[in-house]
Amino acid sequence: MAFQEVIFWVLAVSSVAAALGVVLLRDIFRAALLLVVVFLAVAGFFVMMNAEFLAVVQVLIYAGAIAILIIFAIMLTREVQQGNLPNRLQPAAVLFPVLLLAALVFVAVDTDWNLLQDQSRELQDNVEVVQTHTIGGIPDEMRGDIPGSDRSGLGELLINDFVLPFEIASMLLLAAIIGALVLVRER
Amino acid sequence: MRIVDFFLIILGLLVLFTALSVVVLSLTWLERKFLGRLQRRLGPNRTGPMGLLQPVADAVKLVLKEDILPSSADRAIFWVAPLVVLVPSFMLWVTIPAAENLVLRNVDMGLFYIIAFSVITILGLVLAGWGSANKYGILGGLRSSAQLISYEIPVIMVVIAVAMMAQSLNLIHITNFQLPGIQSITPETARLEAGIQNVPFAVLQPLGMVIFLIAGLAEVGRTPFDIYFAESEIVGGPFVEYSGAHWSVFFLAEYMNTFIIAALTALLFLGGWHGPFNPTSPQWLESLVGVVWFLVKTYFVILVIFWIRGTFPRLRIDQLMAFAWQVVVPLSFANILITGVFMYYGWPWWSLTLMSLTLSSVIGYLIYKHVTAPARKVAEVYNRRRMIERQPRRQAGRQSSGPSAGPEEAVSGG
Repeated sequence: MAFQEVIFWVLAVSSVAAALGVVLLRDIFRAALLLVVVFLAVAGFFVMMNAEFLAVVQVLIYAGAIAILIIFAIMLTREVQQGNLPNRLQPAAVLFPVLLLAALVFVAVDTDWNLLQDQSRELQDNVEVVQTHTIGGIPDEMRGDIPGSDRSGLGELLINDFVLPFEIASMLLLAAIIGALVLVRER
Repeated sequence: MRIVDFFLIILGLLVLFTALSVVVLSLTWLERKFLGRLQRRLGPNRTGPMGLLQPVADAVKLVLKEDILPSSADRAIFWVAPLVVLVPSFMLWVTIPAAENLVLRNVDMGLFYIIAFSVITILGLVLAGWGSANKYGILGGLRSSAQLISYEIPVIMVVIAVAMMAQSLNLIHITNFQLPGIQSITPETARLEAGIQNVPFAVLQPLGMVIFLIAGLAEVGRTPFDIYFAESEIVGGPFVEYSGAHWSVFFLAEYMNTFIIAALTALLFLGGWHGPFNPTSPQWLESLVGVVWFLVKTYFVILVIFWIRGTFPRLRIDQLMAFAWQVVVPLSFANILITGVFMYYGWPWWSLTLMSLTLSSVIGYLIYKHVTAPARKVAEVYNRRRMIERQPRRQAGRQSSGPSAGPEEAVSGG
């Protein structure tokens, strides 16, 4: 247990420090790199919570795709290392993060953490896999003996219960691709 | 987790790293010797018997070389970039099995994990290009990200087709699925096995294997696709300012990635550690024979990769991107489509082989026609001009020397 706590604190400190660096650094390229560190640390948290699928998705989509997109945009922008000057959007930039922070604090305070802990401990005793509970009913015979083998349940949920959001997301991505093609098309 | 487990993991990682270093050394020697053979040379033959100590000499030279930091470079990014390239390619090896029970950590979605972490390599190359404060470095970084993102898609698509048939993302399950008489994981798999017959996926999906190898070569940046550090165009791309030990870290990562592509081809398509001779009684013997089969198959794929390097010229960047988006990506989607149709209707296993072969040969013929089109055009123009040149001369020859002179004589005489 102690070992896991050490790992947790390493991840926690590094993710918070990197997140502060993202906000405070003047050099936007380094800020983008620290964002990658934040993403990887969050993936580490997911692994610690037995949500290995989520961790791998985090690495693939955030650390892989989105971070590279950001860095690509920075490399193609001129005079990028000077950073942005303050502009008239400053009040909005204060307001919305404060609202977000309030919502997060409310959720953190309002949630009954003890109950979740008990539940997860109970689940660990019963089925060894914590996150199977969070994504709903998976029959026992579909679950392998290795942790993290809950993809089949996730996939079934995606094409049964949540098929509409899933398809809407794909339509959104298709629209984005076509929009990008229209934008860069030669006239 | 107890403290002993922690040390066992550290020990396993050390063993893995040592084994990988030895493999990389062997690969550099093998590449030089094999390319030498292809080019009718001897290759390295001075240091040690058959030049076997050449990689050691190279490593010592690289470590002893001065490590130069360009004065305008971004110091932190410049030093961190080689690690960002090396660490993911090392982390991939944590879940790649060399035999059924010889793997550091059997992650259940190993294939997904491998795909996710191999993307981070792009980040390292971009960082190297940016950090060196060099035009060629930045060009190389941009090229590498464009190329690697483009070729990531076919790799993922082909892997999906394989995972569809094996009904698993676990590398051990996928490899075992290619052996007859293996117990199925889920009831659905049992139904499929009747149609699939448990032959290696290379037989079922030749198209998939070819796409995987091509896109894998592009991911690693081996020679027909080494456009992002092409020495003759952008003098080394992201690596242009690196020297000594830091450059050798990039080198190590490149060879590790080559070995990963070869190992994954062996595991996913060639049946991994299964072979004609496979004892099962003592476990250590089974593992040993399994590792030998795995290495034989992997090194075979690696020789094919070196062979491709010795044969094909480097692509141009526009050719590279066009090849990715117009040929390889649509083909990988078609591969998923035929796999899905085959699985849904439960056709006999050879039908998938037939579909795959037909598709790949048709596309291969079209590519051949397309690639040789300029050459054929040149030949056509040349032939037509020769015909035109011959025509009046023959008539002139006839007029001067009479009807007995043949056309050859007339040409040579004129």
